[in-house]
Amino acid sequence: MAESVMQLQDVHTRRDALALGLALGCCGSGAQAQTSPPARNLRPTAGDCLVRAVGVSESAEALRPDDVVSAGPQLLAWAKEPASGVVRDGSRLNQILLLRLDPETLDAETLARAANGVLAYSATCTHAQCPVTEWRQEAGILHCPCHGSEFDPRGGGRVVGGPALRRLPPLPLGLSAEGSLEVAQPFLGKVGGQVA
Amino acid sequence: MRNFKRMLMAGVAFAGLAGAPGPVQAEVKTYSPVTEQRLQNPEPRNWLMYRGTYDGQGYSPLDKINTSNVADLVPVWTLSTGVMEGHQSPPIVNDGVMFVTTPQAQVIAVDAKTGEQLWRYKRQLPEDLTQLHPTNRGVALLGDRVYVATVDDFLVALDAKTGKEIWAKEVEDYRKGHYMTLAPLVAHGKIMVGGSGGEYGIRGFVAAYDANTGEQAWRTYTIPKPGEPGSDTWTGDTWKTGGGSIWITGTYDPEQGTAYWGTGNAAPWMGNARPGDNLHTTSVLALDVDTGAIKAAHQYHHNDSWDWDEVDPPMLVDIQKDGRTIKGMVHPGRNGYLWTLERGEEGISFVSGVPFVRQNVFTSIDKKTGRPTYDEARKPGLNKLVDFCPSLWGGKDWPPAAYSPRTKMIYIPANENLCGSLSGKMMDYVPGQLYLGAGLEDIGLTLFPNADHVGELQAWDLSTNKKMWSHPFAKSQLWGPVLATGGDLVFMGGTNDRDFRAFDAKSGKVLWKQKTNSGVTGVPVSYEVDGVQYIAVQSGWGVDAQRMQDSLAKVSVDYRNEVPQGGVVWVFAVRKR
Ligand code: FES
Repeated sequence: MAESVMQLQDVHTRRDALALGLALGCCGSGAQAQTSPPARNLRPTAGDCLVRAVGVSESAEALRPDDVVSAGPQLLAWAKEPASGVVRDGSRLNQILLLRLDPETLDAETLARAANGVLAYSATCTHAQCPVTEWRQEAGILHCPCHGSEFDPRGGGRVVGGPALRRLPPLPLGLSAEGSLEVAQPFLGKVGGQVA
Repeated sequence: MRNFKRMLMAGVAFAGLAGAPGPVQAEVKTYSPVTEQRLQNPEPRNWLMYRGTYDGQGYSPLDKINTSNVADLVPVWTLSTGVMEGHQSPPIVNDGVMFVTTPQAQVIAVDAKTGEQLWRYKRQLPEDLTQLHPTNRGVALLGDRVYVATVDDFLVALDAKTGKEIWAKEVEDYRKGHYMTLAPLVAHGKIMVGGSGGEYGIRGFVAAYDANTGEQAWRTYTIPKPGEPGSDTWTGDTWKTGGGSIWITGTYDPEQGTAYWGTGNAAPWMGNARPGDNLHTTSVLALDVDTGAIKAAHQYHHNDSWDWDEVDPPMLVDIQKDGRTIKGMVHPGRNGYLWTLERGEEGISFVSGVPFVRQNVFTSIDKKTGRPTYDEARKPGLNKLVDFCPSLWGGKDWPPAAYSPRTKMIYIPANENLCGSLSGKMMDYVPGQLYLGAGLEDIGLTLFPNADHVGELQAWDLSTNKKMWSHPFAKSQLWGPVLATGGDLVFMGGTNDRDFRAFDAKSGKVLWKQKTNSGVTGVPVSYEVDGVQYIAVQSGWGVDAQRMQDSLAKVSVDYRNEVPQGGVVWVFAVRKR
């Protein structure tokens, strides 16, 4: 039953291939298959477009407001640098969650960061860094499955339950000339969890 | 002005130290190298590994602290770790030098008599690490080295005298959900560890590394790949993400050269998402420590659908039964049954299985094989919500039971009267993301009607399978690892009232207790320095004790209790009169 670790390297290679595949569809740029680590690791940057993080196959179109289901649940995404085609999936702290909510229900600051009702937050829980993947539909609250921290997306990502002590950092959005979602500003505040 | 000058000079002095490794630290002056002979036969004064001895009994023969004087037990020193979350590791003691680990894979060396800190190792963790279980369960010792398995999935060797890192080997990729919380197991010049991450859909394994060089010697997966024996118990590709984590230190029989490891639940949670028995999840595996070959295996329950990990390895105990001595393997299961198996020439055979808490899932146990039959109406499935007892935390989770060869009783930290409901859905596997196959609305927790307690320390006679005594906790769940001693005492914390207690091992009477800083989920130990016997334990609530607290508080007001976090090492001795 003893096995070598060779298999693991295969998986790494496959993962990179996936990242390359991603590079082929977004923002109309099909060039640049090269993944430069610094660009991959960088946090979402103004001007980046967004691509789906889950269930990606060959084509990764730049996400448009209509791609995000209305009234939840959240959609996980990565930012992509349009010029190079590099998807910024080099650090899990770069992951983004997108929600489309009725603009009428958002507080003023949150509304100002939304693009056509689409909101973006860091997907990384500020407790111990699990991805915030659950959505409590009736309450309209983001829920982290790891230890139950809860965040209010309509109120700037503030903590409304569980062990987290800081809000989910918002990521202000805008729209590109073609009407796809675009990062307007970097994350507002420290991404990631508490230390110790 | 003078003050300013002094500040400036202090600054200069400080800058001069910048090249030194962290704050000034003392060194261990004399250190007794740990040989394999010592590990096989540890001196009663020491606690050299996770459960004290290879058989996993959690028993110290020391008897200076006993039923006649335990009422005079007082703290002699404490040490704040400065770390939050679950402090679960035993203080491991080698001739007056204590090593404790904390969450975030820190290691602190302390003078076991005086409490003076000797050195501290702080692991630099990657910034994007996720921590589902922020804890660590202790070090392993060999020669003049200390070994620790880290939450970012490295095995690290430290110099026991200085705390300096000798090497750090990546065991697996943390980005894919691999992590480690267990204390390593040492035998035949190898350091063995196992991987957590079943919640992320990893494929579990035990791996052995050369104690000197850190080179991997072997790696044995808990789940066979196609073509290997047992692979027909999986459907399609489900084996690749099938779980079967290892997250508690194995026990070891030096005569056979065999290590026994308990394995976790299968992933994702719902059994009908991966039809088949799913070997070797929720099992015990007997591994040859030289080659990693699977010598034998026994599955406690097949096609798990309740998140009942069976990671706690079997305790190795000689049991008198029906006029003969059985080389027993005893496992109080998360599935709520107290299992006794026998290790013999032909491998592992089934002896008995009896419920120790309310269990309504098994309808019968095969007398020969021990295989349970299920009440299918109590087996959760995809889009099938059902109730069952015990809850997904089981009759007993990871906190280890203890056995006293004097009383011939096993002491089980159980949770009674808790039931749960569960259902699941198909989900996509994304490396590094939770892969439970069950969401928030799929998981329920209920108290049995009219239940008067949850936590319960139970004492069982292994020859007769009779419960001899039990101590209920009316307002708390129980997450307390247990220590038994030659003074006929049983030590345990584990409750939300922050108490750490001593029980009379024969009667179950509480003889002493101490309110601590936080809840005690640490493994208690005993040791002796300069003729004085000590009891040591870490208090630091967190992880699943906290999770169950949050869930219980929603179910019943009786269980509401705010337990503050933050770790402290406590050391007790009998007050001199
Ligand atoms: S990581 Fe989200 S609640 Fe702990």
